[in-house]
Amino acid sequence: MAASVARAGVRRPARSTVMRRVLDSEQFNGWAFVTPGVAVILLFGAVPIVWSAVLSFQKSALAGDSSSVGLANYRQLAHDPVVGEAIQHTLIYTALFVPGTMLAGLLLAVAMNRKIRGITIYRTAAYATMAISTISEAIVFIWLFDPSYGIVNYAFSKVGLPQQQFLNSPSEALYVIVAMTIWGWTGFAVVVYLAALQGVPQSLLEAAAIDGAGPWRAFRKVTLPLLSPASLFLAVWLTINALQLFDEVYLSTQGGPLNATTVLVYYLYDQAFQQFNFGYASAIAYFLFLIILVVTAVQFWVGRRVTFYRS
Amino acid sequence: MTATSAPARSGPRTADQHSHPHARRSRLPFSPWHFVLIPATVVLLFPFLWLVVTSLETDPEALHFPPILIPHTIRFANYSDALAAAPFVRFFINSAVVAVTTVLCNLVLCTLAGYAFARFRFLGRTALFAVIMATLMVPFQVTMIPQFIITKWLGVHVLAAVGINHIGALILPNAATAFGIFFLRQFFRTLPLEYEESARVDGASRLTVLIRIVLPLATPCLATLAALTFLDSWNNFLWPLIAVTSTNQMTLPLGLATFQGAHNTEWTLLMAGNVMSLVPMLIVFFIAQRYFVRSVAATGLAGT
Repeated sequence: MAASVARAGVRRPARSTVMRRVLDSEQFNGWAFVTPGVAVILLFGAVPIVWSAVLSFQKSALAGDSSSVGLANYRQLAHDPVVGEAIQHTLIYTALFVPGTMLAGLLLAVAMNRKIRGITIYRTAAYATMAISTISEAIVFIWLFDPSYGIVNYAFSKVGLPQQQFLNSPSEALYVIVAMTIWGWTGFAVVVYLAALQGVPQSLLEAAAIDGAGPWRAFRKVTLPLLSPASLFLAVWLTINALQLFDEVYLSTQGGPLNATTVLVYYLYDQAFQQFNFGYASAIAYFLFLIILVVTAVQFWVGRRVTFYRS
Repeated sequence: MTATSAPARSGPRTADQHSHPHARRSRLPFSPWHFVLIPATVVLLFPFLWLVVTSLETDPEALHFPPILIPHTIRFANYSDALAAAPFVRFFINSAVVAVTTVLCNLVLCTLAGYAFARFRFLGRTALFAVIMATLMVPFQVTMIPQFIITKWLGVHVLAAVGINHIGALILPNAATAFGIFFLRQFFRTLPLEYEESARVDGASRLTVLIRIVLPLATPCLATLAALTFLDSWNNFLWPLIAVTSTNQMTLPLGLATFQGAHNTEWTLLMAGNVMSLVPMLIVFFIAQRYFVRSVAATGLAGT
């Protein structure tokens, strides 16, 4: 309506006015602004989601054999003993890594949330672990835990513990990977908890002290509940990352020894890009997605009940 | 560190127990928290320290048990040997090109899209935004196989520079992220409309309003997105592992992993290569520490 009024009232050629109106419209600008970014996300994010769903019902794509096999890939998945092991390893890893990182982060953040001498050095040391890539981290830890020359075995010998095979031992390798990844994520957890601790009002802690609560009691009854949103965030975030563990396993053990560190994403990578079973690998990928969805849904469901929001 | 100076140093903003009666029970001339922090810092820093020590040792000293904590001869030649064995400078340049380009693309594309989703009403906006949010939930492992097939196809049929085995393949799929669009859209929605409206009344185009009025207000937000994107890109391993096989296209993590595969018992060489791979990032990190830390804290707080 506005356009027709303007056109009637103005003598200039109608075409350029229409053009200008179009170029200035929310419709045109909206599409022009979103198209480049959205195109990238559709091509490399949305289309592949559908595509891999289709692949999971096919034999294989690389060999050119895209014949439909129905649910065969999923049936194979249910009966594949390696998948069973991979699920077990992934869950054990997650169950150790997530609480371990949260506890380390919480303890250090509480210790660092004060102005004491050397606090900058302490904080910087924790932050530094965020700058190191998973690959660098894994190489250093393989060396630290080397069975023959590693310094950890040396420390063990000093305190009278027997020498260990660590990454070469099927019963120990996964725990070494837990240790290295906790180290690598500590800085992240410290930053999140420190930020949350800054939001704990001093007045509440003082009020608790006046009411006779000791520091431990005040921490449990005041600080910890106020940190619970940060804890929920960390639990979910770390779990999503833990279920996708790959880099450290690829570098340190390649899933071995004797499949002891084969986690889901490693097996998926192996099936997709070593064996080129794209169809079966896609089924594993969707299965992994399902696990992540279920686990995070449970975390949010439980989290809702125990998380304390001040607002 | 004396008893008299310790309480004076703790300011009123900290959560120290200086104002609590319990704090007076402590007879220590320093904060007891040092008993937690010193061992923890040793554990956090020791791997870095040991990495550097090994990178400067001779082979007989590195492969000695018990380990030699202070090398008798410092061997810098490990570094030149590592450089001769693998093109670490090339890896570094590739990583830098990929990370910087990815950050710039994300800043431009996510700003445009995020602003449009925040401010313009256009046909299909809600549906499009819903699709983008859906991709945010799906882990990379679900999309990586088709992403590989698409990238391969693009390289053969459209442009070799974005195909398999080119660093372009490491940039294009990450040139815009659903997270970046969502993150900036949320921020743009919090800005008051008045500035933009008055600029529009003065005849500024929508793009001019975005660049002149909105972006200056969004600088901290853009810095956060830039820091997060940079870290992600710099440390990305799985996608380069799939998309790149020739040495001269490798980024640092992939080059280092390949180097480790070829020299997995030559520890001094490996550690020298590792030091060279992580020192540039450590320097960048410490220069821009405030931004990195703030951006990680921001995601943490945004998630709560």
